[in-house]
Amino acid sequence: MSILIDRKTKVICQGFTGGQATQHCVQCIEYGTDLVGGVTPGKGGQTHLDLPVFNTVKEAVDQTGASASIIFVPARFCKASILEAAESGISLIICITEGIPTIDMLEVKVRCDDLGVRLIGPNCPGIITPGECKMGIMPGNIHLPGKVGVISRSGTLTYEAVKQTTDLGFGQTSCVGIGGDPIPGSSFIDILGLFQDDPQTEAIVMVGEIGGTAEEAAAEFIQSNVTKPVVSYIAGVTAPAGKRMGHAGAIIAGGKGTAEDKFKALEAAGVHTVKSPADIGKGIAEVTGW
Amino acid sequence: MNLHEYQAKQLFREFNIAVSDGVATSSSQEAEEAALSLGGSKWVVKAQVHAGGRGKAGGVEVADDVEQIRAFADKWLGKNLVTFQTDEKGQPVNQILVETCTSIANELYLGAVIDRASQRLVVMASTEGGVNIEEVAENTPQKIFKIEIDPIKGTNSSDADKLSTLLGLDEKQSSQFRNIYEGIVRLFLEKDLALLEVNPLVVTEAGDLLCLDAKINVDSNALYRQEALTLMRDASQEDEREAKAAEWDLSYVALDGNIGCMVNGAGLAMGTMDIIKLHGGEPANFLDVGGTADSERVSEAFKIILSDENVNTVLINIFGGIVRCDVIANGIVEALTVMGVSVPVVVRLEGNNAEVGLKTLDECDLNIIPASSLEEAADLAVKASRGEL
Repeated sequence: MSILIDRKTKVICQGFTGGQATQHCVQCIEYGTDLVGGVTPGKGGQTHLDLPVFNTVKEAVDQTGASASIIFVPARFCKASILEAAESGISLIICITEGIPTIDMLEVKVRCDDLGVRLIGPNCPGIITPGECKMGIMPGNIHLPGKVGVISRSGTLTYEAVKQTTDLGFGQTSCVGIGGDPIPGSSFIDILGLFQDDPQTEAIVMVGEIGGTAEEAAAEFIQSNVTKPVVSYIAGVTAPAGKRMGHAGAIIAGGKGTAEDKFKALEAAGVHTVKSPADIGKGIAEVTGW
Repeated sequence: MNLHEYQAKQLFREFNIAVSDGVATSSSQEAEEAALSLGGSKWVVKAQVHAGGRGKAGGVEVADDVEQIRAFADKWLGKNLVTFQTDEKGQPVNQILVETCTSIANELYLGAVIDRASQRLVVMASTEGGVNIEEVAENTPQKIFKIEIDPIKGTNSSDADKLSTLLGLDEKQSSQFRNIYEGIVRLFLEKDLALLEVNPLVVTEAGDLLCLDAKINVDSNALYRQEALTLMRDASQEDEREAKAAEWDLSYVALDGNIGCMVNGAGLAMGTMDIIKLHGGEPANFLDVGGTADSERVSEAFKIILSDENVNTVLINIFGGIVRCDVIANGIVEALTVMGVSVPVVVRLEGNNAEVGLKTLDECDLNIIPASSLEEAADLAVKASRGEL
């Protein structure tokens, strides 16, 4: 078991024939992802990576039966691409692209919610279910099928958590990068709920960072809804206030969004926190007794 | 991206939002001429910098005659204004805004921001204007009134009227408020803003509403479609190294320590700072070198890190991801060789082909200290920064 994707997930790629998309799609296919085609407007009818290219998501869905889409189109076209996928029968959209205007995301989020479509990202590494399906830009080889669910706002910190849980032999059920933007398609809470309901997931790693109050909301949710052990690390204890730390959403504004507040909220909710990004795997070992 | 007050007010005028008459000037001569052309016998002169707290720092004055205006302009133009929001160096003053003086009966607050929790554009108003709104939010949150705007349905005048009632405005003011409310929402959405604040929004002695100050922050992600706003950028207000880094698409933030950091990924870059601190060291900066850490980008990142004279050690932490670590290692060696870097450089490489990469680093003649884990890298970097290696 896993969440969101498995070996049966039929995947298309939007922005399929672009350089980044091509490089990452090759890796996804090599990993075993059932990529069934892609969309690049104006290139419909062509073949790319031995797969059919369509002009629209609708055509791709009709002809391949795809249910999931991974988006690599440039930021200025993302709003239209996400909405096109959501309105064409795709139920899981993963948007890798960074730099989408926040105002675009306000509307995208409401429309996806109204249509019952799950959006992951933008500005994220994607999702992987080790050994089955990779819809993202993460290095497949550090993953191991197993029993830890991983959720993170950061790409490379997800890889840290994955590597540590792989090295200790625990492995992962699924790993979800929810992205570093202020308005993410899915929140910690959305994914925590899925991991709680997944029988294979025995423990959860949640990696947060400064900015916003998503971790505080997650702490509240964990307290009343999550019975599985959760280990959490929050990046940015040393980050100065008022400065954007790389991610659009990583900023302490008006005294809100500090790592201290997040650690405090999580600890109050009974979450096992670690202060060093190198101690995530160790934290899992401690809370589970593995 | 922040705008100056005078630029924000220019946008307010475009959207028919009531502001004082004023002229931005860049010499004492211009300032005097501006005062004379505005007319009257009393003016307000305001130093233009990207920071709040200007009044308390002496950057705002009420002037009774043009001599005072000349003196104010001479005092501030070309100088730095230090406020509680700036660093100790302050921000350079390149313009003085000269405005007509308003007699104030009452000070209110009006703001608009993307609220991350509700995922809505939220308009906020308060009867507590002219003071630090964060303190009001902390101490008397009941005095801040909010309207959440649905991104599909939008807003209407009944939302404005709700705020008017809560602010205790009379009929004439409510009608003016409707116009201001509609204007700031339209301005926010059409210009891709991240934050808009009017503090204070005043009721004049004549009983009219007027925006006395204006603060705007623009969503940098949307600048591609906001050409006019892009032209309003004032690089002199930005940290020189941060601006330089941005040219190379590198995110850099200066800190006070002595261990320079070069990391791929924003989260890991913060994590690296944190772990240095945990080991008793002090990070000198945040730097996300991005996914493609080739020799050119590594070189540029090095130049920026080493332009901070406090740096005596550099920690490079790369989680290879899709990029092969041996390629990154070659990039590091090439960059260090060309640049002749003399400070110790601790390198931790993880991911694809990490062993080959570490071997390359080990075998070169440079002052590179390879580390096999994040923990070890932090430990070595802290020791190196203390001269203990």
